[in-house]
Amino acid sequence: MAVCVAVIAKENYPLYIRSIPTENELKFHYMVHTSLDVVDEKISAMGKALVDQRELYLGLLYPTEDYKLCSYGYVTNSKVKFVMVVDSSNTALRDNEIRSMFRKLHNSYTDVMCNPFYNPGDRIQSRAFDSMVTSMMVQVC
Amino acid sequence: MSKTDAEIRFGNPAELHGTKVQIPYLITEKNTFKRMDDEDKQQETQSPTMSPLASPPSSPPHYQRVPLSHGYSKLRSSTEQMHPAPYEARQPLVQPEGPSSGAPGAKPPRHQASLIRSFSVEREPHDNNSNYPDEPWRITEEQREYYVNQFRSLQPDPSSFISGSVAKNFFTKSKLSIPELSYIWELSDADCDGALTLPEFCAAFHLIVARKTGYPLPEGLPPTLQPEYLQAAFPKPKRECSLFDSYSESMPANQQPRELNRMEKLSIKDMADFPVPAQDVTSDDKQALLQRLKLCCLPSDLPLFCCRSYSSTSIEEAMKRGEDPPTPPPRPQKTHSRASSLDLNKVFQPSVPATKSGLLPPPPALPPRPCPSQSEQASEAEIHPQLNRAPSQAADSSPTKKDIPYSQPPSKPIRRKFRPENPATENQEPSSTVGGPASAATGKPHTAVQKQSSKQKKAIQTAIRKNKEANAVLARLNSELQQQLKEVHQERIALENQLEQLRPVTVL
Repeated sequence: MAVCVAVIAKENYPLYIRSIPTENELKFHYMVHTSLDVVDEKISAMGKALVDQRELYLGLLYPTEDYKLCSYGYVTNSKVKFVMVVDSSNTALRDNEIRSMFRKLHNSYTDVMCNPFYNPGDRIQSRAFDSMVTSMMVQVC
Repeated sequence: MSKTDAEIRFGNPAELHGTKVQIPYLITEKNTFKRMDDEDKQQETQSPTMSPLASPPSSPPHYQRVPLSHGYSKLRSSTEQMHPAPYEARQPLVQPEGPSSGAPGAKPPRHQASLIRSFSVEREPHDNNSNYPDEPWRITEEQREYYVNQFRSLQPDPSSFISGSVAKNFFTKSKLSIPELSYIWELSDADCDGALTLPEFCAAFHLIVARKTGYPLPEGLPPTLQPEYLQAAFPKPKRECSLFDSYSESMPANQQPRELNRMEKLSIKDMADFPVPAQDVTSDDKQALLQRLKLCCLPSDLPLFCCRSYSSTSIEEAMKRGEDPPTPPPRPQKTHSRASSLDLNKVFQPSVPATKSGLLPPPPALPPRPCPSQSEQASEAEIHPQLNRAPSQAADSSPTKKDIPYSQPPSKPIRRKFRPENPATENQEPSSTVGGPASAATGKPHTAVQKQSSKQKKAIQTAIRKNKEANAVLARLNSELQQQLKEVHQERIALENQLEQLRPVTVL
């Protein structure tokens, strides 16, 4: 389950960041920020090829004592990035799950974009989006 | 909501039934009409247009009413358990209401509505998806017609879409905040395609209206506002059968807010097993609508959404403000009300009009002020002929006398429009006096003259006061202009200095 979900705009400013409230959220924000560099690196590496629909960053980006955090990235055709920090201690390999989560994120994001009252570049304040993200977040007791 | 509760408690004492039946109405003021359909249906055999306070409820009718209205909710049992205590507590309050068939302005329902509203708001998340009880979320016929008309104004083809930008412009006129409008769009655009079909548009419009009346937005789209329901419900006169069908069919899987509906819908399928209540409801529903229409006080001149609640005026005003507020009627020109009495000024003080006419060319900002002087002159002209001639002749001559002051102040022609009124009033007064016995005709003008002299003094004083005010304003304006002149002079000096400083450089 994700512990932090972030939607980053093309200009690398956040459109939406949400973390589970227990931990120090800044840590997650920092992880997201550092992973952005990796994402940009991968994007530029694509070059001529079409932008890959899904991009995985797998790895121990920020090991902590409590649990191992991995951050995954996903880039849309409009250079909007989704970064997700997951707790990988519970389940081992969840590649398909991660992909499905990103797909859901992408679908919700397109729904948000379809709303004519949403101006691209605004913070995302859609309740549907929030509820969808909540469903993905880990339930911390 | 209460209906389902009532249904479940069918076997309970009638009091509870009565309360439960009443409660839905009372839930919100706005709902009174929407709720009416169920009540009305049941009351058809009784007096359809009973006022809420007309007759005390009798238990047997309540008994009868309950099964008719809704065969719903087995599902409601869970929510029901939350509500037994409040219902019973409200018994004594609700019962006297009787089978109120829908005077929206009834105060006891309103009072109870306030009691119950807080409760119903709590129940919203649970009851939001029940079929009937969504009083604020049910679109009535009149509302729907209005929405459809508005849709047509944006998109002539009712079966086509309204694009997002067009809808955005339209809904922005409602003056709701953008986040709220965004949320309403989110709720109403079921397929998230960025365009609104007619049912989606109706749902969105309805939500906007509800929000403007102060009703909080729901967490999820209520079932009565869902496109399938709206499409199925309105074209057909008998809603209930289609309602059940649509519910069983419609199972949107995307949005999580709708997951709440699924439980409701599944239970609704069970409800379809109640053929008797459903049929009764269908037949009654149409009549309930008709009754509601009769009771509804639709303002005929309302260009915008007409709601039958107490807050209808607020909705109307809100929508009026939101949608192209009509241009205000032209303001009546200011006139001196006592102009008619000032005619004597010209008679007794020929110098006064001259001085006053000297004030006549005012600055463009102050035209109204000197007008009293003009009206005084005109009124003098009126009274003078009236003193000497018959009222009919005075009326004729006064216009001619008016021409004299007219030539002086070309800027004052507007004021003269009221002249015809003044002579009319003037003529009426003297005619009442002069029209009497001829012998008294001579005496009466004298008394009229005396009265007019006193009026004349007052008029003079007011004129003086106004002239002083005009002077003050002019003096202020003068001082401001002089101040500006000084500043401009200083700027000019500064610029000239700069120029001189620069000049030797360029020369060199």
